[in-house]
Amino acid sequence: MANEKKSYRTNPFADFIRRMTKSFSAKLGVILFVVIVLFCLIGPFFSPYGVNDVDLLNMYAGPSANHILGCDALGRDMCTRLMYGGRYSLALGIAASVFGAFVGVVIGSIGGYFGGITETLIMRLMDVWSALPGTLLCILISSAMGNGFFPTVIALTVGGVPGTVRMIRGQILTERSKEYIEAAQSINCSSLVIMFKHLLPNVIQPIIVTTTMGIGSTMIMAASLSYIGLGIQPPSPEWGAMLSDGRSYIRTNPHLLLVPGIAIALTVFAINLMGDGIRDALDPKLRD
Amino acid sequence: MIKYVIKRILSMIVILWCAGLVIFTITYLVPGDPASLLLGKEASAETIAQKRIVMGLDKSYLQQLGTYMFNTFLRLDFGTSWVFSSPVIDELLIRLPRTLIVGLSAMVLNVVIGTLLGIFAGTHEGKWQDSAVMIIAMVFISAPDFFVALLLILLFSLKLQILPAYGIDSWKCYILPIISSSLGGIAINARQARSSMLEVIRADFVTTARSKGQREGVIVRKHMLPNAMMPIITGVGGGLATVIAGSPVIESVFSIPGIGAYLLSGVNQHDYPVVRACVIFFALFASIAILLMDLCYAFLDPRIKAQYSKGKKVG
Repeated sequence: MANEKKSYRTNPFADFIRRMTKSFSAKLGVILFVVIVLFCLIGPFFSPYGVNDVDLLNMYAGPSANHILGCDALGRDMCTRLMYGGRYSLALGIAASVFGAFVGVVIGSIGGYFGGITETLIMRLMDVWSALPGTLLCILISSAMGNGFFPTVIALTVGGVPGTVRMIRGQILTERSKEYIEAAQSINCSSLVIMFKHLLPNVIQPIIVTTTMGIGSTMIMAASLSYIGLGIQPPSPEWGAMLSDGRSYIRTNPHLLLVPGIAIALTVFAINLMGDGIRDALDPKLRD
Repeated sequence: MIKYVIKRILSMIVILWCAGLVIFTITYLVPGDPASLLLGKEASAETIAQKRIVMGLDKSYLQQLGTYMFNTFLRLDFGTSWVFSSPVIDELLIRLPRTLIVGLSAMVLNVVIGTLLGIFAGTHEGKWQDSAVMIIAMVFISAPDFFVALLLILLFSLKLQILPAYGIDSWKCYILPIISSSLGGIAINARQARSSMLEVIRADFVTTARSKGQREGVIVRKHMLPNAMMPIITGVGGGLATVIAGSPVIESVFSIPGIGAYLLSGVNQHDYPVVRACVIFFALFASIAILLMDLCYAFLDPRIKAQYSKGKKVG
């Protein structure tokens, strides 16, 4: 019996990993992302320079053996600042999109599961919420809440919530009339248990994909905020802030601009490849 | 059809109204008193109190909200800028064409180039042309648009010196902003168009057409494209909203005095009438874009059309 079962059921996680490793671009994305994360987390321990070490002899120095990526207007080592800045940028992107997904999933599950007046109220609230384009909402909230890490996370989170709510509610609508939910209800499971133990695992896949892809676009949004003078501001070495710091030197020292810009683009590129890979690996339509 | 249009326009009005509500509440909740920020640190408490009365800040939230909603949506009066003491609507109308030139041209480029690239990649699935287009698209999706804009300035304005880097003095000034705000959208549209082409490319009706000996060009144009069009249109409407909402950043890179730049100056100077008016304008653009998209949808999709001609309601 056990053997028979084994031949039918494969471990879904192993299945997922197998499909991820089959795709070259997904592998590339994961490897690139891991390398970037390690670079930002462990890199600073190996760097001979501090993040705010001013070296007036090396102002605007171009890339050299001592400073691989050159130095900025105060002679601070760009490579070191990139590592510390990456912590901000990655943390912002991951925190905001995971937090946004969490809020969206909770609100969407409540609306989708209970239906009726609760659902109508929540969906109308989402309509009001998304009456403004996400980018604008983000700019406004960020300007209202001020600069700093947590206000920026909130600002970045807010725009994405209605989309997640709609998506998870749509998924739940198709699931909630199925037999296993009725079965769970008939053995007197509480609403909370049904929602989060039975329903959620069946509707979470698209959320995982959009959240992964969301990290990339959130990082871009965070950088844009810093660039227009909101969000995280210099001297914090967030990548967008470094970029906006470097724009004054576009004529004379373009590397101050190129280094953080390419860092953002490369990270988002890795995350998007990874997200594409996860989507293809989870998509039942493409299953072999 | 007419019923559908009316229903959509009514819901657009409600959405705009909600946008007004949201933006007023956000600006109301911003910490700090606009009157004292405006008058500076030296102003006496009395002057500030007087200014607050002039600006209408002494009233309760509901009173202020009521006045604001009444003026904005019934009298179409967007108020007076607190910083420049000039009517906001005048400034908006001067700035509107600049933002629209960039936004609309970027959107046209998005649709045309993006869709063509997507079809090209889709019909060459698995070959090097497909991979090349998709890799380039992925690069432009990943690069922030203001970074692409700065790179274009670096290349075309500073190194080659053929295009101006900022300002609105001549038509040449608009080239770089349009390109940099359209590249991301082109990439997204290309990916969308490719994947919806791939959904129809193996459909039975395509095989049938091919087995009749139909030419490949005709198959793509007449058989595949109409069926692949729906998701592409969805992308277009969203694209316009994104381009318009991204205009604060692009306009600040190229120093274009458009609505996005106006919004940012309002945000930085706590000039809330300006902020509110700009946001309402943006929400108006976005909802017009979505309205047009839905109308195209209804027009192109016989299923939606049929439902309305029978007088049924779409949920």
